[in-house]
Amino acid sequence: MTPTARPVKVVVVGNGMAGARLVEDLLRRDPIAEVTVVGAEDRPAYNRVLLSDVLAGKRRDSEIDLAGPAAAVRRLGVRVTAVDRDAHTVTTDGGEVLPYDALVLATGSTAVVPPVHGIAGPSGTLLPGVFVFRTIDDCADIAAAAGRARKAVVVGGGLLGLEAARGLLRNGLQVDVVHGASHLMDVQLDALGGAVLRRAVEALGVHVHLGSKASLVTGTRAVTGVGLADGRHVDGDLVVLACGVRPETSLARVAGLDVDRGILVDDQLTTSDPDVFALGECAQHSGHVYGLVAPAWEQAAVLAEVLTGGDASYTGSRTVARLKAMDLEVAAMGEFAPGLEECGDGTEVLQFADPVRHVYKKIVVRHGVVVGAVLLGDLSTAGPVTQAFDRGTVLPADRLHLLFAGLRSGPPAEVQDSDVVCTCNAVTAGTLRTCGARTVAEAALAIRATTGCGTCTSSVAALLRKAAPTPELVRSTA
Amino acid sequence: MAERWFTTVVVVTSTIPASPGAPLSGTTATHCPYCALQCAMSLSPAPGGGAVVAPRDFPTNLGGLCRKGWTSVDLLTSPDRLTTPLVRRRKGGPLLPATWDEALDVAAAGLRAAQAEGGPDAVAVFGGGGLTNEKAYAVGKFARVALGTSQVDYNGRWCMSSAAAGGNKAFGLDRGLPFPLTDLDSAGCILLVGSNVAETMPPFMAHLAKQKESGGLLIVVDPRRTPTAAAADLHLQTLPGTDLALANGLLHVAVDEGLIDVDYIDKRTTGWSEVVAAVGQWWPARVERVTGVSEPDLRAAVRMLAAADTAMVLTARGAEQHSHGVDTVLSLINLALALGLPGLPGSGWGCLTGQGNGQGGREHGQKADQLPGYRSITDTAARAHVAGVWGVDPATLPGPGRSATELLSALGDGGGPRAMLLLGSNPVVSAPDARHVTQRLESLDCLIVADLVLSESAAIADVVLPTAQWAEEGGTMTNLEGRVLLRGHALTPPGDVRTDLHVLAGLAERLGCPTGFPTDPEEVFDELRRASAGGPADYSGITYDRLRSGEALHWPVPSEYSAGTPRLFLDRFATPDGRARFHVVDQPVPSEPVDAAWPLHLTTGRVALHYQSGAQTRRIKALTDAAPAAFVELHPYLAESLDVADGERVKVSTRRGEAFLRVRVSDAIRPDTVFVPFHWAGRQRANTLTSRELDPISRMPSFKVCAARIDRLAAEAAR
Repeated sequence: MTPTARPVKVVVVGNGMAGARLVEDLLRRDPIAEVTVVGAEDRPAYNRVLLSDVLAGKRRDSEIDLAGPAAAVRRLGVRVTAVDRDAHTVTTDGGEVLPYDALVLATGSTAVVPPVHGIAGPSGTLLPGVFVFRTIDDCADIAAAAGRARKAVVVGGGLLGLEAARGLLRNGLQVDVVHGASHLMDVQLDALGGAVLRRAVEALGVHVHLGSKASLVTGTRAVTGVGLADGRHVDGDLVVLACGVRPETSLARVAGLDVDRGILVDDQLTTSDPDVFALGECAQHSGHVYGLVAPAWEQAAVLAEVLTGGDASYTGSRTVARLKAMDLEVAAMGEFAPGLEECGDGTEVLQFADPVRHVYKKIVVRHGVVVGAVLLGDLSTAGPVTQAFDRGTVLPADRLHLLFAGLRSGPPAEVQDSDVVCTCNAVTAGTLRTCGARTVAEAALAIRATTGCGTCTSSVAALLRKAAPTPELVRSTA
Repeated sequence: MAERWFTTVVVVTSTIPASPGAPLSGTTATHCPYCALQCAMSLSPAPGGGAVVAPRDFPTNLGGLCRKGWTSVDLLTSPDRLTTPLVRRRKGGPLLPATWDEALDVAAAGLRAAQAEGGPDAVAVFGGGGLTNEKAYAVGKFARVALGTSQVDYNGRWCMSSAAAGGNKAFGLDRGLPFPLTDLDSAGCILLVGSNVAETMPPFMAHLAKQKESGGLLIVVDPRRTPTAAAADLHLQTLPGTDLALANGLLHVAVDEGLIDVDYIDKRTTGWSEVVAAVGQWWPARVERVTGVSEPDLRAAVRMLAAADTAMVLTARGAEQHSHGVDTVLSLINLALALGLPGLPGSGWGCLTGQGNGQGGREHGQKADQLPGYRSITDTAARAHVAGVWGVDPATLPGPGRSATELLSALGDGGGPRAMLLLGSNPVVSAPDARHVTQRLESLDCLIVADLVLSESAAIADVVLPTAQWAEEGGTMTNLEGRVLLRGHALTPPGDVRTDLHVLAGLAERLGCPTGFPTDPEEVFDELRRASAGGPADYSGITYDRLRSGEALHWPVPSEYSAGTPRLFLDRFATPDGRARFHVVDQPVPSEPVDAAWPLHLTTGRVALHYQSGAQTRRIKALTDAAPAAFVELHPYLAESLDVADGERVKVSTRRGEAFLRVRVSDAIRPDTVFVPFHWAGRQRANTLTSRELDPISRMPSFKVCAARIDRLAAEAAR
């Protein structure tokens, strides 16, 4: 594509982490591109990953802003209501018509509100005291309500639910978590991992109710609790819904683009209209709709290149889920289902559980490559394991290193005569053994060992001891 | 072709026995010829000629010397010394002995011919970070005044330029350590990023040992568990090239845990709010994926730094020698600023300068964009001041020229300069993508090299000028803490050897500048003092007499009444508003990612017994006996998967070329990374493999990471 063939006017619908990142990448590559961003929230883009820190009071909301490039035009607090693909324009709820050469849909997703009795009034407004946890406004609302509340119920025991629970605990509330599946974080963990996590969560003071879905929200003017399908009732005057998200595809549907669960895109993030693109949580690529930031940013980098005339391709992302609550550490990636009984034919499963200390680790290796891992309670090998999962790098023959940090690889090597002991003076172990010295002082005098920086003194002393065994030792071995 | 010339020359030089220099009279106080630690030593006469070395007690080396220092005198009497000029009388012919007059005439004619055809910029000058302050100053002046060329740069571009640019951007001033080295002894915590001082400047370790004794903690960031990392309380084993992500992650955690010095940020800095938002995007899980450092280690590092009463963040080449080296430095400065360290006694950010005069070498005008006193060549007032000292019209001073790598790439067939004078550097071994650079050097009409031995670069020259060694001339050096040191003139050089100052004077005279290039170092220094007066690196108050009396003078020393400035920034930073600047910086996507064809990360570096291109240390028997050859270090897991054994010879290749190296199996390195030391030439040359990709600001090449592969050799070749 020649430079003149590049889209001059780019309209990005959505000012979330995907849209904001795309604008940044785009203007870095092409500083003179005319970029207009339309964002529904009436504030600058912010880092949604840190929302639970804001809820927990660890960061002020101003500290999670994503400082975007000044060169973009921003329409904030504005919704796009229509797309005219023939005229290449979008229309906002304020009636503004924005022309585009390339349109990017980064509409993200919306929180799922389960259709249970009593959750919302006839107009669809949530019952007072019931909140979703999606935007920074939600966050502020929950924090304000937490100040007045006594007991919170979090509906949903996945990543977001547990982060919300942790944040509410830090606000001094009693917290219950209600989760329909048989174990927590069932999308990322096997049953044993979920059981260990439950112990860790309960140790923080959270009550966990598993195996039965919320079927009812009680309270008339304000919420009083959540009823479960099996008849249990959990009291609470604050309810946070963490029941997952749904790709926001309504604009794309109205515009007549191909939509499945998300807006369908190809390897260039192009929708069924060659001038319309989509990325982030609203997009569906090769059957996948990603709900994490890393894939959205990988897509942004590719799309920025595509929009500036490059020939980049997006081929999918490997995702790593992470529970971000300092005393609840979970990293989960890839396959977690195979059990120990499935080992063989190139599949290996490594597993370690210490439920009392809230530690659980499981690594799935197939044909020498990490294809899945769960690390819970001890992330000391998370860096190497994640990189091995991402890149298929060389694995230790001794697999224990994947589970535990700080292990020695094999027995300590015997010091060879050619090994340098005193680096400053290039004194080898052999020279030291044969120089006739019996003490460090004698070695210093004879061959300058230890006289440079002195950091080798203890190893020189040890070698001298070894070279000249004490009389007792000689007797005992005789 | 280079190898054929080299063979020819060895025969020639070996017919001229090196006569030992004139005997010493008594003991001379001086400093080591190698690294920026500039260990104090004394030289006294050796019974059979040459000198005997002994360490001196001094605040930097504390009475220690490394093996390189102990054996430095061996080169004084080496049979490899050049003792007479050499001239190649026809292209492709051998280098043959010549008189100084002939050699200088040929050299000057070569420079003039190039300029006659291509104008002033058709000649280049390339200097080195090992040259004394006086020589560095004279090299810059020679280029701008005698040649009138803008094409001057030096090998320090490959060492200190990223740290220098980072320091200047953040603090308004670049002095490697803005505090004396002895401040390390009592630091509560030190974060050392990309430095292996235990091998590169061993006596430095005595300071870390003292620090440990006083209860201090050490954190080392390195892809290898080097001897330095092994001595640390915490080792963060990053993937090469990801220190920026690590620093942003550390800062993210510091914010997360409320360990930021809000009061300091408010009073002494600008730009924090943008940075706090930017590092918010580097949550630990993301940092783990990029760097390989696990979250618990990130948190431990930040807590150690924040809990200490005094703490330091120190960087070296491992962090800086990248195409994003400046941004990496800035990310670590951000961390230091957020923790409230720079400008407080006992704390701060600093970089560990590498080459002997890597500090002074970057201050006196041998850099393409610089005039003496660390002045900018584009600053009108600076040009007027320096032109005044030089007695020339400011309008005649050229503007900024090409940076080192760009300059070498442009030589000859590259469309740039057709002739070059090279001093104190061996780019055939030390330049990135060295095969390409060597081809450019070979395509010059006239290459003039001043050196003490027939380095690989001298071997392809048209004119070789034999120069004196450190002990055979006087001069000053500025060490890693910005302290100016006097090197004593201990003995006269052997044979027909002259100093670099004589070379410049001789050439200048032939180029129509009979005055202005004195050969007495003290006379040059007095001129340097005037030229630097009022500049950021102000040496005007320093005299040889003050140095002889043992005064510890850290620049700036703006008058003879000034005691110098051991600690910078205590009251204000050198920025217009006195505040240090935060910078938003982000880890870039790797420009040469590993893939199926090039699956390994290659990093390069040093070993304990050799220095730089090895031109000196490879000629010292005690050193080559102990460290005879380059090698490729790789992890046992990688060795197993490649099916190669310790000691086996393998082919290491990158997109630039290949090297043949013996395998050294070590679990001290990451399994996805291999390490090759860069002190060797020919088929063992690490820089055949490295990339010429440059940092956009400092023009630092990406020495510390590229994508590579290892292939087994047939059984015969592998032995």
